[in-house]
Amino acid sequence: MELEKLLERCEPVIGLEIHVQLRTETKMFCGCANRFGAPPNSLTCPVCLGLPGALPVINRRSFELGVRAALALHGNIQNDTGFDRKNYFYPDQPKNYQISQYELPLALGGYVEIENDSDAAKKIRLMRMHLEEDAGKNIHDPDSNSTLVDLNRAGTPLLEIVSEPDIRSPGDAVLYARSLREILRYAEVSDCDMEKGNFRADTNISVRPRGSGELGTRTEIKNLNSFAHLRACLEFEIKRQAEILESGGQVLQETLQFDPVTGRTSSMRSKEEAHDYRYFPEPDLLPVFISEDRVGEIRGSLPELPGPKRRRYVEDYGLSEYVAGVLTADRESAALFESAIARGGEPKRMANWIANEVAGQMNDRGLAWDECPMTPKMIVELEELIADGTITRKVGRGLFPEIFGTGKPPSDIVREKGLAGGADLSEIGRILDRMIEEKPKLVADYKAGRKKAVNAFIGPVMRKTRGKADAGEVVRLLEGKLGAPDEGKS
Amino acid sequence: MISTATARRIAGDVRSGKRTAREVVEESLARIEKYDGEIHAFVHVCSDEALARADGIDAAVARGETDGLLLGVPVAVKDNICTRNIPTTAASRILENYRPPYDAHVIERLLGEGAVIVGKTNQDEFGMGSTSQYTVYEATRNPWNSGRVPGGSSGGSAAAVAAGMVPIALGTDTGGSIRQPAAFCGVTGLKPTYGRVSRYGLIAFASSLDQIGPITADAPDAALALRVIAGRDERDSTSADKKVPAYDGKPVSGGSIEGLKIGLPLEYFPDNLDGEVAAAVRLGVSGLEKLGASVVEVSLPHTRYAIAAYYIIAPAEASSNLARYDGVHYGRRAESHDVRSLYVRSRSEGFGPEVQRRIMLGTFALSSGYYDAYYLKAQKVRTLVRRDFEKAFERCDLIVSPVAPGSAFPLGKWLDDPIRMYLGDVFTVPASLAGCPAVSVPCGMTGDGLPIGMQVIGPEFREGLVLGAAAAYQKATDHPAGIPSEIRKIESRSGANN
Repeated sequence: MELEKLLERCEPVIGLEIHVQLRTETKMFCGCANRFGAPPNSLTCPVCLGLPGALPVINRRSFELGVRAALALHGNIQNDTGFDRKNYFYPDQPKNYQISQYELPLALGGYVEIENDSDAAKKIRLMRMHLEEDAGKNIHDPDSNSTLVDLNRAGTPLLEIVSEPDIRSPGDAVLYARSLREILRYAEVSDCDMEKGNFRADTNISVRPRGSGELGTRTEIKNLNSFAHLRACLEFEIKRQAEILESGGQVLQETLQFDPVTGRTSSMRSKEEAHDYRYFPEPDLLPVFISEDRVGEIRGSLPELPGPKRRRYVEDYGLSEYVAGVLTADRESAALFESAIARGGEPKRMANWIANEVAGQMNDRGLAWDECPMTPKMIVELEELIADGTITRKVGRGLFPEIFGTGKPPSDIVREKGLAGGADLSEIGRILDRMIEEKPKLVADYKAGRKKAVNAFIGPVMRKTRGKADAGEVVRLLEGKLGAPDEGKS
Repeated sequence: MISTATARRIAGDVRSGKRTAREVVEESLARIEKYDGEIHAFVHVCSDEALARADGIDAAVARGETDGLLLGVPVAVKDNICTRNIPTTAASRILENYRPPYDAHVIERLLGEGAVIVGKTNQDEFGMGSTSQYTVYEATRNPWNSGRVPGGSSGGSAAAVAAGMVPIALGTDTGGSIRQPAAFCGVTGLKPTYGRVSRYGLIAFASSLDQIGPITADAPDAALALRVIAGRDERDSTSADKKVPAYDGKPVSGGSIEGLKIGLPLEYFPDNLDGEVAAAVRLGVSGLEKLGASVVEVSLPHTRYAIAAYYIIAPAEASSNLARYDGVHYGRRAESHDVRSLYVRSRSEGFGPEVQRRIMLGTFALSSGYYDAYYLKAQKVRTLVRRDFEKAFERCDLIVSPVAPGSAFPLGKWLDDPIRMYLGDVFTVPASLAGCPAVSVPCGMTGDGLPIGMQVIGPEFREGLVLGAAAAYQKATDHPAGIPSEIRKIESRSGANN
């Protein structure tokens, strides 16, 4: 059955739980480095190894980054919060419990705005945000046919962001996740690098007939680590549930896993097999109080977030919604734009360079914005070369991939390639000298003030310089050699 | 003939050069060698490390470095306190051969003050028990009667001090595990205020109740040891950020306890209390009166609910704290082909029956649908018990009670009756729930020659007052015990052999 057809009759109700690793120097409850890619188990200590007798101590920075993230998402920071233990056995979890927040989460409420093509801006409400520690990683070793455990990641601070079931399509789910990621990157709380596992999604979904006010039985799909997988698994699951419902069956409440190779979901555990996490207050940690004053300070330190920034670009600089959207899609692209303006670049011109040429090059080369080799200075300089006539806009665009690729100042490239009129003045001079010597008639006509004679000089210069010469320069040089022609004669 | 020198005497002698640390440590090791075949107080003796360290201290003293408060003092450490590269098993099979890569906070402090760790002492597995029989090692015997238990769970530490093997042993107390064995063995045992001593490196039983404390021959030595181990540690969030007074163990207000109000809680002298215990504690109280204290009756009305609350909260925390012993990362690993059976087998083989019982109790109490009725309710009771003490301390300075309902009982008794065993904690558990400091002081002997202990409980962070009263009492009264009979027997046998 086609998804679009199904969606005319069925309405999916979707919620997302997103785990974001916070960008701290050290782990959440010990002094080990919070870093990706180190040799297995090299970033560990008695605390994150869960050795007997070791105790956790809250990393103040992780708590404050959590507050910062929650504020960027409009959450209500709870002044009295605390940590609980979530008990379950798994080999990547050395204590066999996870320190999390259950009764007293960091923040309640909040929202993320999304804009899809059909609707006006829509608010996806958040239920809660809470801090917890990440687990390690189980790695299957084919050589020994055994499972190895790397605990470098164990104890990395995570913020779990739980949405209300406000999402109504796989596309909106992806938009929501993208917007969330964008905001958190702006707020500098996380790199949100999905390949490194900085940003991981679980989703829950149920399907109901359109117009129904009741919620259907939902399933939960764990560990989606790309936007494409999120979309694909939701599309699959909508079809699967809708077909069950339309054939009179019942959806089972269960936890599923998604196989990106087959594009299908399969059961991990049923409702009966669901864990009883036996939450209780973590006795090794004291409750945490955060004052309104401190919340206010953190709020004051937040940068301008993408939504307001986009609106400002449209209003202040007259950019189109599209261009403003491209520029603000990432904090680095917006920063590039703003620095270019600060260096005197004309806003619309700068916006076009970045939204078209820079973004295009980034896309072609598969680069992330934080890897962008373009400096604001390069863009401003390129635009100046065009504005002062050194090169044409067409030549400037043509040069762009090289500027981008080499990182050289545009003026150097223009000079090296001999593209500017100015750069070839001696050549023009030589061409003119020869013509003056060989064509006395032309010189006489020029001196007599015949306009045609000027063109007769320009034409061959253009031909011989393959069009690089600037006609104005040729005239200036000619005047230098032969004097200004008499006025008014033709 | 044994002469049990106090820790303060030993440190003074080593400092002044009267004795070397090596002499002191050799003497301690010789006693362990001589007595412990019968007493089984130690599960590991680290003679080589101890002697090497003693030599190091002697060399330092020779250089004029004589600062340590416990210079050259041999100390025994309960086996659930982490000692770097020295086996630390909490008397459990599941931690067999486990050697921690780090020292507990209290060990760092002891070493920093010149103490010498001579070995690790026996206990009930993970601190769960009150007889030191629930151990993977040989059960510890009471030095006063080898057919009797030394109490527990810090039975090894109490027996080691009673037998004169060491002047100071560290114990841990969750619901009475320092105080009850101290009472059974006729020594002094202090459970400090919750938060007074860092738990970093203490293998957790019940995190909200566990405290490390000293077991010593007398209150001034307990004060000296507390001064060393107490104080804020950034690695334990529950350790109190409160200044540590220079506990000198001197009787309060210049050698007198005159004017102190002693509260006697009605609920701690029930009709079925052992007659000898009741008489000895009342005698102890009149001893305090003679020193100028006055006695008032107080009431701690929620005492009767304390045991029930404790046996929900402590197992609940334990069920989570002991989850990490799974055979995956360290300790004993059972043979298995999948992770589930690895867990099940490692834990079934590795934990003894009492630990398994408490894990199941605690898991049940935290389960969905039962949490409110058990765990949450128990926490409310805990609050009421704490308020009982706050109210009582409005009317008195200290509370005095028996430590246990009876004296040391025969080995093997009540092992098949856990409820009966749990009820033995009735007088020690309330102060644990409230977090108050409490000391167990010998106050008499039974007709059978077994020690009886008196408990002195104070308000939070008033260890100075508690120990001061205990010290005044001990100064004014002859120690009721003297040298334990089993030790006397061993000495007379060896004397006859010589």
